Amino acid sequence: MKHIETIETKNLCESAKKGGCGECQTSCQSACKTSCGIANQQCESKESK
Amino acid sequence: MIHQYKLGGYNIVLDICSGSVHAVDDVAYDIIAMFEGSDKETVISAMKEKYVDGIEITDADIDECYQQVEQLRDAGKLFAPDTFEPMAGELKNKTRGVVKALCIHIAHTCNLNCAYCFASQGKYQGERAIMSYEVGKRALDFLIENSGTRRNLEVDFFGGEPLMNFEVVKQLVAYARSVEKEHNKNFRFTLTTNGLLIDDDVIEFANKEMSNVVLSLDGRKEIHDRYRVDYAGNGSWERIVPKFRKLVEARGGKNYYMRGTFTHANPDFLNDIKQMLDLGFTELSMEPLSAHRATPRS
Repeated sequence: MKHIETIETKNLCESAKKGGCGECQTSCQSACKTSCGIANQQCESKESK
Repeated sequence: MIHQYKLGGYNIVLDICSGSVHAVDDVAYDIIAMFEGSDKETVISAMKEKYVDGIEITDADIDECYQQVEQLRDAGKLFAPDTFEPMAGELKNKTRGVVKALCIHIAHTCNLNCAYCFASQGKYQGERAIMSYEVGKRALDFLIENSGTRRNLEVDFFGGEPLMNFEVVKQLVAYARSVEKEHNKNFRFTLTTNGLLIDDDVIEFANKEMSNVVLSLDGRKEIHDRYRVDYAGNGSWERIVPKFRKLVEARGGKNYYMRGTFTHANPDFLNDIKQMLDLGFTELSMEPLSAHRATPRS
Protein backbone atom coordinates (compact mmCIF):
# COMPACT_ATOMS: atom_id res chain seq x y z
CA MET A 1 0.00 0.00 0.00
CA LYS A 2 1.32 3.39 -0.88
CA HIS A 3 1.32 5.63 2.17
CA ILE A 4 2.86 8.70 0.60
CA GLU A 5 1.92 10.57 -2.56
CA THR A 6 4.80 12.77 -3.70
CA ILE A 7 4.05 15.72 -5.92
CA GLU A 8 7.05 15.98 -8.16
CA THR A 9 8.54 19.44 -7.99
CA LYS A 10 11.90 20.79 -8.97
CA ASN A 11 14.68 19.55 -6.74
CA LEU A 12 16.01 22.66 -5.00
CA CYS A 13 19.28 21.04 -3.99
CA GLU A 14 20.02 20.25 -7.64
CA SER A 15 19.09 23.69 -8.89
CA ALA A 16 21.19 25.32 -6.18
CA LYS A 17 24.35 23.75 -7.62
CA LYS A 18 24.35 26.12 -10.58
CA GLY A 19 22.01 28.69 -9.07
CA GLY A 20 19.06 29.08 -11.41
CA CYS A 21 18.68 31.11 -14.62
CA GLY A 22 17.76 34.41 -12.95
CA GLU A 23 14.87 35.25 -15.26
CA CYS A 24 12.03 35.10 -12.71
CA GLN A 25 9.72 38.08 -12.79
CA THR A 26 10.85 40.51 -10.10
CA SER A 27 8.34 43.27 -10.69
CA CYS A 28 7.38 44.48 -7.26
CA GLN A 29 6.00 47.89 -6.40
CA SER A 30 7.16 48.98 -3.00
CA ALA A 31 3.59 48.98 -1.76
CA CYS A 32 2.44 45.84 -3.43
CA LYS A 33 4.65 42.92 -2.67
CA THR A 34 1.95 40.37 -3.13
CA SER A 35 1.51 41.16 -6.80
CA CYS A 36 4.54 39.06 -7.52
CA GLY A 37 5.15 35.71 -5.92
CA ILE A 38 6.01 32.16 -6.83
CA ALA A 39 2.36 31.19 -6.72
CA ASN A 40 1.49 33.34 -9.71
CA GLN A 41 4.62 33.21 -11.82
CA GLN A 42 5.51 30.96 -14.69
CA CYS A 43 8.97 29.45 -14.78
CA GLU A 44 11.01 31.38 -17.33
CA SER A 45 13.82 28.86 -17.62
CA LYS A 46 14.28 27.61 -21.16
CA GLU A 47 15.55 24.31 -19.80
CA SER A 48 12.29 23.54 -18.13
CA LYS A 49 10.18 24.19 -21.22
CA MET B 1 13.73 20.46 7.81
CA ILE B 2 10.11 19.53 7.26
CA HIS B 3 6.82 21.21 7.90
CA GLN B 4 3.76 19.06 8.36
CA TYR B 5 0.13 19.97 8.88
CA LYS B 6 -3.44 18.80 8.35
CA LEU B 7 -5.81 20.90 6.31
CA GLY B 8 -8.93 20.34 4.27
CA GLY B 9 -8.84 16.62 4.80
CA TYR B 10 -5.23 16.31 3.66
CA ASN B 11 -2.11 15.45 5.61
CA ILE B 12 0.62 17.54 4.02
CA VAL B 13 4.37 17.27 4.49
CA LEU B 14 6.66 19.89 2.99
CA ASP B 15 10.33 19.11 2.70
CA ILE B 16 11.81 22.57 2.83
CA CYS B 17 15.31 21.95 1.53
CA SER B 18 14.41 19.83 -1.48
CA GLY B 19 11.14 21.62 -2.24
CA SER B 20 9.19 18.36 -2.26
CA VAL B 21 5.51 18.22 -1.38
CA HIS B 22 3.96 15.04 -0.03
CA ALA B 23 0.37 14.06 0.73
CA VAL B 24 0.48 11.26 3.29
CA ASP B 25 -1.86 8.98 5.18
CA ASP B 26 -2.27 9.09 8.97
CA VAL B 27 0.36 6.44 9.70
CA ALA B 28 2.95 8.13 7.52
CA TYR B 29 2.08 11.47 9.13
CA ASP B 30 2.75 10.06 12.59
CA ILE B 31 5.90 8.24 11.57
CA ILE B 32 7.30 11.34 9.92
CA ALA B 33 6.62 13.38 13.06
CA MET B 34 8.78 11.00 15.10
CA PHE B 35 11.31 9.98 12.46
CA GLU B 36 14.18 12.31 13.18
CA GLY B 37 13.87 12.25 16.95
CA SER B 38 13.68 8.51 17.57
CA ASP B 39 15.21 5.30 16.29
CA LYS B 40 13.30 2.85 14.13
CA GLU B 41 12.29 0.53 16.94
CA THR B 42 10.87 3.32 19.06
CA VAL B 43 8.87 4.71 16.18
CA ILE B 44 7.47 1.37 15.10
CA SER B 45 6.44 0.37 18.58
CA ALA B 46 4.77 3.74 19.13
CA MET B 47 2.79 3.18 15.95
CA LYS B 48 1.82 -0.33 16.91
CA GLU B 49 0.58 1.03 20.20
CA LYS B 50 -1.42 3.79 18.57
CA TYR B 51 -2.89 1.68 15.77
CA VAL B 52 -3.48 -1.15 18.19
CA ASP B 53 -6.58 -2.75 16.71
CA GLY B 54 -4.69 -3.70 13.60
CA ILE B 55 -7.85 -3.96 11.54
CA GLU B 56 -7.29 -1.07 9.16
CA ILE B 57 -3.59 -0.68 9.86
CA THR B 58 -1.60 -3.87 10.30
CA ASP B 59 1.88 -4.32 11.69
CA ALA B 60 3.02 -5.03 8.16
CA ASP B 61 1.55 -1.71 7.00
CA ILE B 62 3.52 0.10 9.68
CA ASP B 63 6.79 -1.57 8.66
CA GLU B 64 6.08 -0.90 5.01
CA CYS B 65 5.26 2.72 5.71
CA TYR B 66 8.47 3.24 7.66
CA GLN B 67 10.41 1.83 4.72
CA GLN B 68 8.69 4.22 2.34
CA VAL B 69 9.73 7.14 4.53
CA GLU B 70 13.33 5.85 4.53
CA GLN B 71 13.29 5.49 0.75
CA LEU B 72 12.18 9.08 0.32
CA ARG B 73 14.88 10.21 2.70
CA ASP B 74 17.46 8.26 0.72
CA ALA B 75 16.15 9.78 -2.50
CA GLY B 76 16.68 13.27 -1.06
CA LYS B 77 12.97 14.14 -1.04
CA LEU B 78 12.34 13.97 2.68
CA PHE B 79 14.56 15.28 5.47
CA ALA B 80 16.93 16.64 2.82
CA PRO B 81 19.89 18.31 4.54
CA ASP B 82 20.25 22.08 4.51
CA THR B 83 23.18 22.74 2.24
CA PHE B 84 22.07 26.26 1.44
CA GLU B 85 23.58 28.22 4.28
CA PRO B 86 27.20 27.70 3.26
CA MET B 87 26.48 28.50 -0.39
CA ALA B 88 24.47 31.65 0.28
CA GLY B 89 27.44 33.98 0.15
CA GLU B 90 28.75 32.38 -3.01
CA LEU B 91 25.41 32.59 -4.82
CA LYS B 92 25.07 36.21 -3.78
CA ASN B 93 28.50 37.05 -5.15
CA LYS B 94 27.63 35.59 -8.52
CA THR B 95 25.04 38.30 -9.03
CA ARG B 96 26.75 41.20 -7.34
CA GLY B 97 25.92 44.47 -9.07
CA VAL B 98 23.28 42.98 -11.34
CA VAL B 99 20.09 45.01 -11.59
CA LYS B 100 17.08 43.35 -13.17
CA ALA B 101 14.11 45.51 -12.25
CA LEU B 102 13.39 49.15 -11.62
CA CYS B 103 10.53 50.96 -10.00
CA ILE B 104 10.25 54.33 -11.70
CA HIS B 105 8.54 57.16 -9.81
CA ILE B 106 7.31 58.71 -12.99
CA ALA B 107 5.17 61.22 -11.09
CA HIS B 108 5.95 62.61 -7.64
CA THR B 109 2.47 64.02 -7.40
CA CYS B 110 -1.07 62.75 -7.29
CA ASN B 111 -4.61 63.72 -8.18
CA LEU B 112 -5.97 62.14 -5.03
CA ASN B 113 -5.39 63.10 -1.43
CA CYS B 114 -5.62 59.77 0.36
CA ALA B 115 -5.17 60.38 4.06
CA TYR B 116 -3.29 57.16 4.61
CA CYS B 117 -0.86 57.50 1.71
CA PHE B 118 2.54 56.06 2.57
CA ALA B 119 3.98 58.35 -0.10
CA SER B 120 2.42 61.46 1.50
CA GLN B 121 0.08 62.05 -1.42
CA GLY B 122 2.75 61.16 -3.95
CA LYS B 123 5.30 63.72 -2.86
CA TYR B 124 7.24 61.50 -0.43
CA GLN B 125 7.48 64.50 1.88
CA GLY B 126 9.27 66.52 -0.78
CA GLU B 127 8.19 68.73 -3.64
CA ARG B 128 5.73 67.79 -6.36
CA ALA B 129 7.57 66.80 -9.50
CA ILE B 130 7.10 65.09 -12.82
CA MET B 131 9.85 62.96 -14.30
CA SER B 132 11.32 64.19 -17.54
CA TYR B 133 11.76 61.87 -20.49
CA GLU B 134 15.53 62.37 -20.27
CA VAL B 135 15.71 61.13 -16.70
CA GLY B 136 13.44 58.18 -17.49
CA LYS B 137 15.51 57.27 -20.53
CA ARG B 138 18.68 57.40 -18.42
CA ALA B 139 17.01 55.06 -15.94
CA LEU B 140 16.20 52.55 -18.67
CA ASP B 141 19.74 52.79 -20.04
CA PHE B 142 21.09 52.26 -16.52
CA LEU B 143 18.97 49.15 -16.20
CA ILE B 144 20.19 47.74 -19.50
CA GLU B 145 23.82 48.56 -18.71
CA ASN B 146 23.68 46.83 -15.33
CA SER B 147 21.49 43.88 -16.16
CA GLY B 148 24.33 41.51 -16.96
CA THR B 149 23.08 38.43 -18.76
CA ARG B 150 19.45 38.83 -17.56
CA ARG B 151 17.11 39.02 -20.50
CA ASN B 152 13.81 39.75 -18.74
CA LEU B 153 13.85 43.27 -17.29
CA GLU B 154 10.93 44.51 -15.24
CA VAL B 155 10.00 48.17 -15.07
CA ASP B 156 7.18 49.38 -12.85
CA PHE B 157 5.59 52.79 -13.40
CA PHE B 158 4.77 54.02 -9.91
CA GLY B 159 4.32 57.23 -7.98
CA GLY B 160 2.32 59.22 -6.97
CA GLU B 161 -0.06 58.74 -9.85
CA PRO B 162 1.74 57.60 -13.00
CA LEU B 163 -1.08 58.59 -15.35
CA MET B 164 -0.42 62.21 -14.50
CA ASN B 165 2.69 61.74 -16.64
CA PHE B 166 1.19 59.40 -19.20
CA GLU B 167 2.95 61.01 -22.17
CA VAL B 168 6.36 60.23 -20.72
CA VAL B 169 5.25 56.71 -19.84
CA LYS B 170 4.38 56.17 -23.50
CA GLN B 171 7.64 57.69 -24.69
CA LEU B 172 9.70 55.53 -22.35
CA VAL B 173 7.96 52.35 -23.39
CA ALA B 174 8.53 53.25 -27.04
CA TYR B 175 12.20 53.86 -26.29
CA ALA B 176 12.57 50.55 -24.49
CA ARG B 177 10.95 48.70 -27.38
CA SER B 178 13.31 50.41 -29.81
CA VAL B 179 16.44 49.13 -28.07
CA GLU B 180 15.31 45.73 -26.82
CA LYS B 181 16.52 43.63 -29.72
CA GLU B 182 19.88 45.29 -29.99
CA HIS B 183 20.66 44.45 -26.36
CA ASN B 184 18.84 41.11 -26.32
CA LYS B 185 16.47 42.30 -23.60
CA ASN B 186 12.78 41.76 -22.99
CA PHE B 187 11.08 44.60 -21.09
CA ARG B 188 8.03 43.78 -19.02
CA PHE B 189 6.11 46.78 -17.77
CA THR B 190 3.66 47.21 -14.94
CA LEU B 191 1.48 50.24 -14.31
CA THR B 192 -0.04 51.12 -10.95
CA THR B 193 -2.89 53.60 -10.93
CA ASN B 194 -5.69 55.03 -8.78
CA GLY B 195 -7.86 54.90 -11.91
CA LEU B 196 -9.06 58.50 -12.14
CA LEU B 197 -7.30 59.15 -15.43
CA ILE B 198 -8.07 55.85 -17.16
CA ASP B 199 -9.61 56.44 -20.57
CA ASP B 200 -9.77 54.49 -23.83
CA ASP B 201 -6.25 55.58 -24.78
CA VAL B 202 -4.87 54.26 -21.51
CA ILE B 203 -6.80 51.02 -21.89
CA GLU B 204 -5.56 50.45 -25.40
CA PHE B 205 -1.98 51.28 -24.47
CA ALA B 206 -2.04 49.14 -21.34
CA ASN B 207 -3.32 46.14 -23.21
CA LYS B 208 -0.65 46.53 -25.83
CA GLU B 209 2.35 47.25 -23.59
CA MET B 210 1.70 46.50 -19.92
CA SER B 211 2.29 42.94 -18.73
CA ASN B 212 0.39 43.79 -15.59
CA VAL B 213 -1.73 46.64 -14.21
CA VAL B 214 -2.22 47.28 -10.51
CA LEU B 215 -5.51 49.06 -9.74
CA SER B 216 -6.09 50.70 -6.35
CA LEU B 217 -9.48 49.84 -4.93
CA ASP B 218 -10.27 49.25 -1.26
CA GLY B 219 -13.58 47.42 -1.66
CA ARG B 220 -16.94 48.79 -0.52
CA LYS B 221 -17.72 52.38 -1.50
CA GLU B 222 -17.99 53.66 2.06
CA ILE B 223 -14.68 52.03 2.99
CA HIS B 224 -12.85 53.15 -0.14
CA ASP B 225 -14.16 56.72 0.11
CA ARG B 226 -13.25 57.02 3.76
CA TYR B 227 -9.64 57.57 2.78
CA ARG B 228 -9.39 57.76 -1.00
CA VAL B 229 -10.67 61.26 -1.66
CA ASP B 230 -9.62 64.01 -4.04
CA TYR B 231 -8.53 67.50 -3.02
CA ALA B 232 -12.13 68.66 -2.91
CA GLY B 233 -12.81 65.92 -0.37
CA ASN B 234 -14.96 63.87 -2.73
CA GLY B 235 -14.71 60.10 -2.82
CA SER B 236 -13.32 58.42 -5.91
CA TRP B 237 -15.14 55.08 -5.90
CA GLU B 238 -17.98 55.95 -8.25
CA ARG B 239 -15.65 57.45 -10.83
CA ILE B 240 -13.08 54.67 -10.92
CA VAL B 241 -15.12 51.49 -10.65
CA PRO B 242 -16.59 51.77 -14.17
CA LYS B 243 -13.16 52.57 -15.55
CA PHE B 244 -11.60 49.61 -13.79
CA ARG B 245 -14.32 47.30 -15.06
CA LYS B 246 -13.82 48.49 -18.60
CA LEU B 247 -10.06 48.06 -18.38
CA VAL B 248 -10.25 44.62 -16.84
CA GLU B 249 -12.78 43.44 -19.38
CA ALA B 250 -10.61 44.73 -22.21
CA ARG B 251 -7.72 42.71 -20.76
CA GLY B 252 -9.76 39.55 -20.89
CA GLY B 253 -10.06 39.41 -17.13
CA LYS B 254 -6.41 38.67 -16.50
CA ASN B 255 -2.96 40.22 -16.01
CA TYR B 256 -4.23 42.71 -13.50
CA TYR B 257 -4.55 43.05 -9.74
CA MET B 258 -7.03 45.00 -7.68
CA ARG B 259 -4.84 46.41 -4.95
CA GLY B 260 -6.77 47.05 -1.77
CA THR B 261 -5.65 48.44 1.55
CA PHE B 262 -7.45 47.62 4.76
CA THR B 263 -7.15 49.56 8.00
CA HIS B 264 -8.46 49.52 11.57
CA ALA B 265 -11.63 50.98 10.05
CA ASN B 266 -12.47 47.72 8.30
CA PRO B 267 -11.32 44.65 10.20
CA ASP B 268 -14.29 43.02 8.44
CA PHE B 269 -12.43 43.45 5.15
CA LEU B 270 -13.69 40.12 3.92
CA ASN B 271 -16.75 42.15 3.00
CA ASP B 272 -14.56 44.38 0.86
CA ILE B 273 -13.13 41.34 -0.85
CA LYS B 274 -16.67 40.14 -1.41
CA GLN B 275 -17.57 43.50 -2.90
CA MET B 276 -14.71 43.26 -5.35
CA LEU B 277 -15.77 39.76 -6.33
CA ASP B 278 -19.33 41.02 -6.81
CA LEU B 279 -17.97 43.71 -9.12
CA GLY B 280 -16.44 40.97 -11.24
CA PHE B 281 -12.83 41.33 -10.12
CA THR B 282 -11.13 38.03 -9.38
CA GLU B 283 -7.45 38.95 -9.15
CA LEU B 284 -7.16 40.55 -5.74
CA SER B 285 -4.36 41.71 -3.50
CA MET B 286 -5.49 43.02 -0.15
CA GLU B 287 -2.88 44.34 2.26
CA PRO B 288 -2.87 46.07 5.61
CA LEU B 289 -2.05 49.73 5.90
CA SER B 290 1.68 50.28 6.36
CA ALA B 291 1.44 53.72 7.99
CA HIS B 292 -0.02 54.90 11.25
CA ARG B 293 -2.57 57.29 12.64
CA ALA B 294 -4.09 58.23 9.30
CA THR B 295 -7.29 60.08 10.00
CA PRO B 296 -9.94 60.36 7.32
CA ARG B 297 -10.72 63.79 6.04
CA SER B 298 -14.16 64.83 7.09
